[in-house]
Amino acid sequence: MSKTLFDKVWDSHVVRKIPNGPDVFFIDRHLIHEVTSPVAFLGLKNRGLKVLYPERTFATADHNTPTINQHLPVTDPLSAKQLKALEDNSKEHGIRHWGLGHQNNGIVHVIGPENGITLPGSTIVCGDSHTSTHGAFGAIAFGIGTSEVEMVLSTQCIMQAKPKKMRINITGKLNKAVTPKDVALYIISQLSTSGATGYFVEYAGTIFENMSMEGRMTVCNLSIEMGARGGMIAPDEKTFEYVKGRTFAPKGTDWDKAMSYWKTLKTEDDAVFDKELTFDGSTIEPMITYGTNPGMGIGISQHIPKADKVQAGNATYEKSLKYMGYAEDDEMIGKKIDFVFVGSCTNGRIEDFRAFASIVKGKKKADDVTVWLVPGSHVVEDQIKEEGILDIITEAGFSLRQPGCSACLAMNDDKVPAGKYAVSTSNRNFEGRQGPGARTLLASPLVAAAAAITGVVTDPRTLMN
Amino acid sequence: MAYDKFNILKSAAVPLPLENVDTDQIIPARFLKATERIGFGDNLFRDWRYNSDDTLKEGFVLNNPIYKGKILIGGKNFGSGSSREHAAWAVYDYGFRCVVSSFFADIFKNNCLNIGVLPVQVSSAFSEQLFNAVYNDPETEIEIDLPTQTITILSTGAQEFFDIDAYKKENMLNGFDDIDYLQNIKSEIQEFAKGLPL
Repeated sequence: MSKTLFDKVWDSHVVRKIPNGPDVFFIDRHLIHEVTSPVAFLGLKNRGLKVLYPERTFATADHNTPTINQHLPVTDPLSAKQLKALEDNSKEHGIRHWGLGHQNNGIVHVIGPENGITLPGSTIVCGDSHTSTHGAFGAIAFGIGTSEVEMVLSTQCIMQAKPKKMRINITGKLNKAVTPKDVALYIISQLSTSGATGYFVEYAGTIFENMSMEGRMTVCNLSIEMGARGGMIAPDEKTFEYVKGRTFAPKGTDWDKAMSYWKTLKTEDDAVFDKELTFDGSTIEPMITYGTNPGMGIGISQHIPKADKVQAGNATYEKSLKYMGYAEDDEMIGKKIDFVFVGSCTNGRIEDFRAFASIVKGKKKADDVTVWLVPGSHVVEDQIKEEGILDIITEAGFSLRQPGCSACLAMNDDKVPAGKYAVSTSNRNFEGRQGPGARTLLASPLVAAAAAITGVVTDPRTLMN
Repeated sequence: MAYDKFNILKSAAVPLPLENVDTDQIIPARFLKATERIGFGDNLFRDWRYNSDDTLKEGFVLNNPIYKGKILIGGKNFGSGSSREHAAWAVYDYGFRCVVSSFFADIFKNNCLNIGVLPVQVSSAFSEQLFNAVYNDPETEIEIDLPTQTITILSTGAQEFFDIDAYKKENMLNGFDDIDYLQNIKSEIQEFAKGLPL
């Protein structure tokens, strides 16, 4: 039977098939961070086990780290303890560790690709659901729980049933100010947060082919928000160009060998998916969410849907709008904003800051809005400086923070206060996600920039030349 | 770590009919800072259970003493969002051994199976019967029979079959976990790794 891209990568990593059970699935590269790994290391200790392939695991500190004054000791004792545990565990087991202050430090899903850890055709896991990001390179990448982190550390395998296959095609051309984030939020709004549960998604069509690697990462990153285990895009010249020369990418003859394999990583023409969906890209406009899950998104010029038009039960919908302080049929344009966050594994890459700068250039920050601009890594931070973006944003009244997950999940001090509204380029608008009682509106860096300038939800197209 | 064996569970149940309950609600991120697996039950549904001054929110089901038991009945798409296993730990540590829903998010379901909490997926119609039975009589008992893969509302006799793969079922019945299995085939894994392109 003809194979899909997903089949090719999955099947080549199955160590053993258990009848009536999961596959024993081999993991090429494993990323760990301070929050979901300590209990896994404790498990190893309790069982007297060692890390089987320490060179296949990479550790970075990102989830609970401060985004200012990173040269000073971390003041929160619990965060400090987790960071120390990551450092100690990595050292004890011979794992590469990029802690606070290290040049390679940054958000786990930003530094993986930057360092050539993420490769086409590979399998990648991390105790973080946004591991799906790495699918942008034609890898099978997904989030796992801490028990599975322990499995990977001790045996480099996990037990997984092979998910079903879905292909999402987007045809046509994208309109002005419609970014990869908008494409992803649009798909999730059509499928709901459970529409792809049980599936692994392949994104296909010219819109994804024309997208930059950064854009593809944003789309694949958000696959989990429609319930999918992960999403992937077939590798092409753009992918190979991005990977070439990076620290942990193959070199010399290994590169040539890898390339001849990577070029075979495509879905065959007559391969069959369990489900196939097609959307017209030209109907997508800049998106924004109005509720408390990423599926509750609409085009920025639209009104909040009435309860009878949505899938979730009435009680759930009502609770969601009440939490947000919004009502059915409200218009989103003009809604007051208190905070803006640009960053995260979804939109914390150089392109996102370029997009932000393109809107704020020559304008001034709105007085009553607090804006956190948090690069995904030191590499991104350096690019922002080298490309002159820092000058543009400084001139407009903004400042740049240091890398980390920051206000995406608000484990550090970057918390949006209760009742306040934040336009955020991150991935989740769940209740309390950005701080207890915080209200999140997910959007692209362009929409975030427009809100940062005007203090209200604003269509970025009105600020573009 | 190996966990409790699961065979037949007979218990009253706690109803939480909201849909799309995400793992950020089950346990908010600010409670993920532990380096050991202890005390997560105290923060289960923290922001739905407590006001910001730590007083109890009266309307929330876990604060209503008439509802108790080892079974949590959730709405559709239970456990979506973050992969944090801490959510499953919190459910377990609070005292639940089984979560019932008409639809589970993948990672949460896997995490439950990996720590010995049984996720039971039922039809929407049966889910509704369960909520009705518990609302009519909070002491009504539900029986989860893993060997026969059935869930029964004892007061009405209504019963449904549920799916679980044979391997995971065997693990749950015996309290084995995946690491036990993987350790036993380590040499096969190492042999396999030699043939990989990367």
